[in-house]
Amino acid sequence: MSAFTVSGKAFPLLDSDGALINNIDTDMIYHNQWLHITKLEEMGRYALGNLKGYEDFPQRVQPGMWIVAGRNFGAGSSRQQAVDCFKALGCAGIIAVSVAPIYLRNAINAGLPIAQVPGLEGQVRAGDELTLDMQGSTLTIARTGAVLQASPPISTVQREIFSAGGLLKLT
Amino acid sequence: MGATIIERIVAAKVGRPVAAGEVVWLPQDIVTARDFGGASVVKNFVDAYGKDARVFDPQRIRFTFDCNAPANTVGYATNQQICRDFAGKQGIKVHDVDAGIGSHLLIEQGLALPGTTAIGTDSHYNILGAVGALGQGMGDIDVASAFKKGQIWFEVPPSIRVNVNGRLAPNASAKDLTLAIVKHFGSDGLLGKSAEFYGEVVEQLNLPGRITLASMGTEMSAVVCFIPPNAIVLDWLEPRAGARPESIAADADAPYIKEVTLDLGEIEPMIACPFSPDNVRPVREVAAENVRLDSGFIGSCTNGRAEDFASAYAQLEGGKVAERVTLKLVPATREVYAELLFSGLLEKLFTAGALVHNQGCGGCAAGQVGMTGEGEVQISTSNRNFRGKQGAGRTYLASPATVAASVRAGRIVVPEVVQ
Repeated sequence: MSAFTVSGKAFPLLDSDGALINNIDTDMIYHNQWLHITKLEEMGRYALGNLKGYEDFPQRVQPGMWIVAGRNFGAGSSRQQAVDCFKALGCAGIIAVSVAPIYLRNAINAGLPIAQVPGLEGQVRAGDELTLDMQGSTLTIARTGAVLQASPPISTVQREIFSAGGLLKLT
Repeated sequence: MGATIIERIVAAKVGRPVAAGEVVWLPQDIVTARDFGGASVVKNFVDAYGKDARVFDPQRIRFTFDCNAPANTVGYATNQQICRDFAGKQGIKVHDVDAGIGSHLLIEQGLALPGTTAIGTDSHYNILGAVGALGQGMGDIDVASAFKKGQIWFEVPPSIRVNVNGRLAPNASAKDLTLAIVKHFGSDGLLGKSAEFYGEVVEQLNLPGRITLASMGTEMSAVVCFIPPNAIVLDWLEPRAGARPESIAADADAPYIKEVTLDLGEIEPMIACPFSPDNVRPVREVAAENVRLDSGFIGSCTNGRAEDFASAYAQLEGGKVAERVTLKLVPATREVYAELLFSGLLEKLFTAGALVHNQGCGGCAAGQVGMTGEGEVQISTSNRNFRGKQGAGRTYLASPATVAASVRAGRIVVPEVVQ
C-alpha cells in the first residue's frame, strides 16, 4: 500500500435497472439553491439531494465510501460545492466511467481522489471493496479480482496535488 | 508537426511548442470570479495565503456580479459584499450587479481577444472560444490559486476538428445550428476535448451567433469550442481593443485526434425537450404535439445579445404574448440593455407584452427572475434544462425566434419566416 492507494466500499449510483447513472449533473449533486453556502461542513446534507432516488444519500452513505457513477459525472456548473459536499461526508472519492472536465479539475484541486474508468459498467455492486492505485492508475474490485485501467491515466500533477492535500497547499 | 488552436494558444503562453496530454502551468491574461463562487474564492485565498497576502496582479483580476444581480437573498448579498471588501483592499475592479454577464463583459471590453487566456467561476466561460480566446470555467479553488499565482495547471486536451456542412433554413438561426450539433454529439460527445468548428454555415455566423455555439460546448462537456475568428469578429473587436487584434488559426497539419464531418442539410428550427440539452428534436415535430406554454424566457449567456431580442421581436411584431403566458427578457449586459432601450426595441417588446428584467444571468440563476412551479411549462433560450434547475416545471430550449413565436401562440410552434 503506497501513499497513493485508497481503498473503501462502493456506493454505486444506480438507476431502476441497476445500471450506473450517466450524466449526473451538478444541480443533481448540489442544487443551486444552496450555492450561497461557503462552509464545507454545512454542504454534506445537500449531497445528491436533487438526484431522484438518492435524496436520502447523506443518511445512507458512510465515511470512506467511494461514489461510483457512469458517464459524464459532474456535467454542468463549475460549483466547487458539488465536490466539497462529498468531502464533507468523508467519502473516499469518485470513480466514474467519465467525468466532465470542470468537475474533474475541481475534485483534483480539492485533493479528492477521482478516476475515470472505462468499462466500469456492470462490474461494481454496492459494498464492493474498491482500491484505487493512483500510481499505477488501476482500480481493483476485491470481490471479482478485476483490475481496471483508469483512462486517461492519473497524472503526475494530480498525485502532487493529492500529496499536498489540495491545490492551495501546493507551493 | 503543426499545432491546433489550443496548442498554439498554450505554446504562445509557455514559450515552447506543446502537445495534447502535456501538463503545463498556463499563465492567465485575466482571472475573474463571479458573485457565484466569488466569496469562496476569497475565503480560500485568505485561508491558504493569509489575510495580508496580495493577489498576483490586481489589474488582471475582476469580480463580475452576474449570478444573483441584484442579490435577492441575504446569503448572496453578503457574498457580494465579501468580494467588494476584498476587491477594495486589493485594488481589484468590481463589475457590480448592474454590469451584466461577466464573460460577455470581457468580450465587450476587448479583454478577451484571439489567443487570450481567461478563467472564471462560470462553467460557460468557454464562450470566449467565440473570439478565439481560451476561456475556462473553474471552481473556486482553481480561481483562488490563480489569484495568487496568475497561472493554472493545465493538461493540454486533445483537439477534434468538426466540419459542418449545411445551411440555415430561412426561419432558423445559430441556436438551431447549435442544437443540431448538440443532438449529434450528445451531452458527453466532446468530453475533455478542444473542438474547432469549420464550414461555411459556421463561418457566416455573426459574433452573437458564435457566442451561442461556443456557449453550448459545456453541454457537450467540451473544454472549449473554437470558431476561428474571421473579419466579422475582428471588425467587432477592433474598436473595443483599440487596435485590430491578430486572429488565431490552426496549422494545416495540426494533429487532431479526430475529424468529424456533419452533413446537416437544411437546418430547421430545433428544440431541446426536458430534461436534457441533448434531447433535441425538430420544433416541427414538437409543435404537432400541441405543447401548451405557461412562460417563456429570452436571455442568458447563450442568447442574450441585442440581435437575439431583435430576432424575437420579429416574431412578435403585430401581435402580443398570449393571454396567461409570461415572457421574461433579460439582456446579457448593460450595453445590450442600452441598445434595446435607445433603439426603441425595448418599447416595442414591452408593448408586445414582455416583462423586462435587468441585465445579468437571470433566468438561469435560481429564482432571479422567478422559478417555474410544479406542472409549469417554460420555453427558454438558455442552455440547460436539467430537472429542477429553474424550478419544478419542464423547460424546453430553443432559439429566440421559436420562443417568441411560441409565447405568442401560447404553445410551441415553428417560427415564421420573416424578412
